[in-house]
Amino acid sequence: MSETLTKLIFGRLTLEQLPLHEPIVVGTFIVVALGGLALLGAVTYFKLWGYLWREWFTSVDHKKIGVMYMVLGLVMLLRGFSDAIMMRLQQAIAFNGSEGYLNAHHYDQIFTAHGVIMIFFVAMPFVTGLMNFVVPLQIGARDVSFPFLNNFSFWMTVGGAILVMASLFVGEFARTGWLAYPPLSGIGYSPDVGVDYYIWALQVAGVGTTLSGINLICTIIKMRAPGMTMMRMPVFTWTSLCTNVLIVASFPVLTAVLTLLALDRYVGTNFFTNDFGGNPMMYVNLIWIWGHPEVYILILPLFGVFSEVTSTFSGKRLFGYTSMVYATIVITILSYLVWLHHFFTMGSGASVNSFFGITTMIISIPTGAKIFNWLFTMYRGRIRFELPMMWTLAFMLTFTVGGMTGVLLAVPPADFVLHNSLFLIAHFHNVIIGGVLFGLFAGIAYWWPKAFGFRLDPFWGKVSFWCWVLGFWFAFMPLYILGLMGVTRRMRVFDDPSLQIWFVIAAFGAVLIACGIAAFLVQIYVSIRSRAELVDVTGDPWDGRTLEWSTSSPPPAYNFAFTPVIRDNDAWFDMKRAGYRRPLSGYKPIHMPRNTGTGVILAVFSVALGFGMIWYIWWLAALSFVCLIATAIGHTFNYHRDFDIPAAEVTQTEEARTTLLAAQGARV
Amino acid sequence: MSAHDHADHGDTHGGAAHGSLKGYLIGFVLSVILTAIPFWLVMNGAIDNKQATAVIIMVFAAVQIVVHMVFFLHMNTSSEGGWSMLALIFTLILVVIVLTGSLWVMYHLNANMMPGLHEMRQMP
Amino acid sequence: MAITADAEPVFHLEEEHAHAEGGSTMLGFWLYLMSDCLIFAMLFAAYGVLGGNYAAGPAPKDLFDLDLVAVNTTMLLLSSITYGFAMLTMVRGRVAATQAWLAVTMLFGLAFLSIELYEFAHMIHEGATPQRSAFLSSFFTLVGTHGLHVTFGIVWMVTLMIQVARHGLIEANRRRLMCLSMFWHFLDVVWIGVFTFVYLLGMLR
Repeated sequence: MSETLTKLIFGRLTLEQLPLHEPIVVGTFIVVALGGLALLGAVTYFKLWGYLWREWFTSVDHKKIGVMYMVLGLVMLLRGFSDAIMMRLQQAIAFNGSEGYLNAHHYDQIFTAHGVIMIFFVAMPFVTGLMNFVVPLQIGARDVSFPFLNNFSFWMTVGGAILVMASLFVGEFARTGWLAYPPLSGIGYSPDVGVDYYIWALQVAGVGTTLSGINLICTIIKMRAPGMTMMRMPVFTWTSLCTNVLIVASFPVLTAVLTLLALDRYVGTNFFTNDFGGNPMMYVNLIWIWGHPEVYILILPLFGVFSEVTSTFSGKRLFGYTSMVYATIVITILSYLVWLHHFFTMGSGASVNSFFGITTMIISIPTGAKIFNWLFTMYRGRIRFELPMMWTLAFMLTFTVGGMTGVLLAVPPADFVLHNSLFLIAHFHNVIIGGVLFGLFAGIAYWWPKAFGFRLDPFWGKVSFWCWVLGFWFAFMPLYILGLMGVTRRMRVFDDPSLQIWFVIAAFGAVLIACGIAAFLVQIYVSIRSRAELVDVTGDPWDGRTLEWSTSSPPPAYNFAFTPVIRDNDAWFDMKRAGYRRPLSGYKPIHMPRNTGTGVILAVFSVALGFGMIWYIWWLAALSFVCLIATAIGHTFNYHRDFDIPAAEVTQTEEARTTLLAAQGARV
Repeated sequence: MSAHDHADHGDTHGGAAHGSLKGYLIGFVLSVILTAIPFWLVMNGAIDNKQATAVIIMVFAAVQIVVHMVFFLHMNTSSEGGWSMLALIFTLILVVIVLTGSLWVMYHLNANMMPGLHEMRQMP
Repeated sequence: MAITADAEPVFHLEEEHAHAEGGSTMLGFWLYLMSDCLIFAMLFAAYGVLGGNYAAGPAPKDLFDLDLVAVNTTMLLLSSITYGFAMLTMVRGRVAATQAWLAVTMLFGLAFLSIELYEFAHMIHEGATPQRSAFLSSFFTLVGTHGLHVTFGIVWMVTLMIQVARHGLIEANRRRLMCLSMFWHFLDVVWIGVFTFVYLLGMLR
């Protein structure tokens, strides 16, 4: 086959691009391939494809989509954490002349992938999944505003994840760090596919995220149950609203910046080049205008989780509801005024640095207010130390330390010493693990019974908890010390042998965390096996206060047979206190949206488009683009996207619940 | 279109108001004027002071944007229960922050960091 | 549906006035437009920062033909008013008139695009390519992105004309036409920014 023809068909994809010379990657591929084949084989053997397609992949039900997001997050957590363990191991042994076991080419991809995956494909899906599952239930709605878009958003996120995972086995990933600063990420210094994988994965996933943001804002504004004024919404719904506002208001920035980088790489424009008038510093400026709101996108929903958990497990109404709401809103707005603190050292000078240093310190205040509110909620409460509450307490202790190191870093002169040191790494892992991850585990433990009808096994949950908490402290406290001693981030080999002990301790911490993850997986397995013992009959296993606990566990597809009417905060608590009994008859047909496969198809074309652009397979890119547009337009010709659940079916579902409750002697 | 729909005019379309012929024509005429004058000012150099010209045409642009918002986009404080206006204001605040922030930051970065443009002694 | 003085507190709705289908559509589309506004703001920011970097290449004075830009602007403004007329006939349920005004709008839009493509082609022919300097990169990207949005709007318009021809001015189609209306006028608003900050201010530098 002539070379021109090969290039035409395959672009720059050649057999050499398969990393057959990297034993670690080959080994990973074998394990993944075998595991993947086993999984696919099992699904086929048990004839589950039809079920998966009909009940899950094409579902527009926010609850199912929420669960799928969580599954995605968990799978990607395993990948992202593997990268972390590899780094810890390398850094623990690369002393006294040893190069470790990872060469620079590989190591640089690992720390880049670790960051990209953890932020975009672990934290974001987890947070989106929680909000998707919980918010419609909390506001008394039957679904989100745009159920089809919801499904589409999920598959676009999966599409981005597929592109990142593909980079492991076909070609390579970026070696630029998770934000891919030019000029290193420009075509001159990174001519290979790595940065292109990065760009397209994030652009595909970004579409999903932005649309999901619009979706949830509209849901919260337009679909609240009657009587639920804004100031009667649960705090988790408030934080979800602000989070999604941040998403809609920041992801376009990322889209634009990555597009400009892509134009530099593909077309030869000069936005961020060193010559012809380009300015790489502009990239750093723009990307952090996105980047700072992004970290608040990650944490705000979890602040909401902590509010729900603290209130429920202290048996008390949340202290300071109004100030919580205002604190959240203030954080949302202020998050746009601090971005320069990520690049104090780039040289903007004293006046600019002082402004942003001050705003950064100010933004810690509303967060502090929240902590006090949680503490005051607990004060004189009857605290139950269930797993969600344990995670919340661990968060309070851990996150506060991380927040304080953040305020330290907010001081420009201090940051000049600590920027890009391990102190910085310790700080953001402190707040992300202590805040986001602990919050996610709290939220998962809290809402799992609602989603699946049985609680998670407490014993393995506690094992996971202690491994994670101890593991985190062992893994990251040494990094604070190393940072203060001047050690830079992203280093692969070290000259100073006195540093090694700290890295070894950190590696030990990482191993503990690995045990924590393993214990979590065991917890899931054990809980599923023992689901009969752990069953949640009433739908309200924690004596909850918000509307989701009024439904069965899991809720029916339509969530509420009758739309609830609200008259106070903590609506479900209010209903219980008033002795409210759910209606046992008079059910009506319920209007619901249909399932659709269009979301999956659009995502497939998007991935193909991305892949074609990455490998310069122009015919594939063009064809996928045309198919994408055609499918999207074709979809709009379908005007029949709804159906009615007949009253008889609703009656049957509700009567089954009544029977179950009565049989258990529970309140019916 | 039923009489019922016509009656709750505002609600049927989620609060989005409709224009009237008069409204669109007023908007159009205003837009033409607000476009023609800036073009004329620049093409003919009518005002000697370039700074002043720049400020004037920017003001005209801002006014014309408002004209478009009111007469073409039917922007008002009650559409979608006030959420449309809130979203617009929030977006505008962010746009102002991003634009002025970026210009300010980049100006300082360029002043301090672009090689050869400054005598070291004159650095801030 | 709150508590009345003597009645039992009501905690659920017996009769449900079904959520108007598409009740969130207008707000959702408006929010999308706000996000699009931010993308344009980014491109304006890039132009603001990099627009003075001519790299010893052509500057606005060497390239911009304000007469052509004035014609372009007129085309777009006219298309805005004709879309407005389309909305007026839509509200009165007049299918044929609506289709006619949509077609006219589309023609003005195509005129706008043709002039813009001609301008780009001319500039490139003169050596003022997007690769020549950061000024030109940001110019082509900002103005080009606007043009791409107009293109997409035209594709959407054709699609809607087909859908209106098939199903008439049903509620769903009215919603879509109203969304396209917002989109189309929004593009004109962005163009005000473009002709002011890029073309007019460019000639003043």
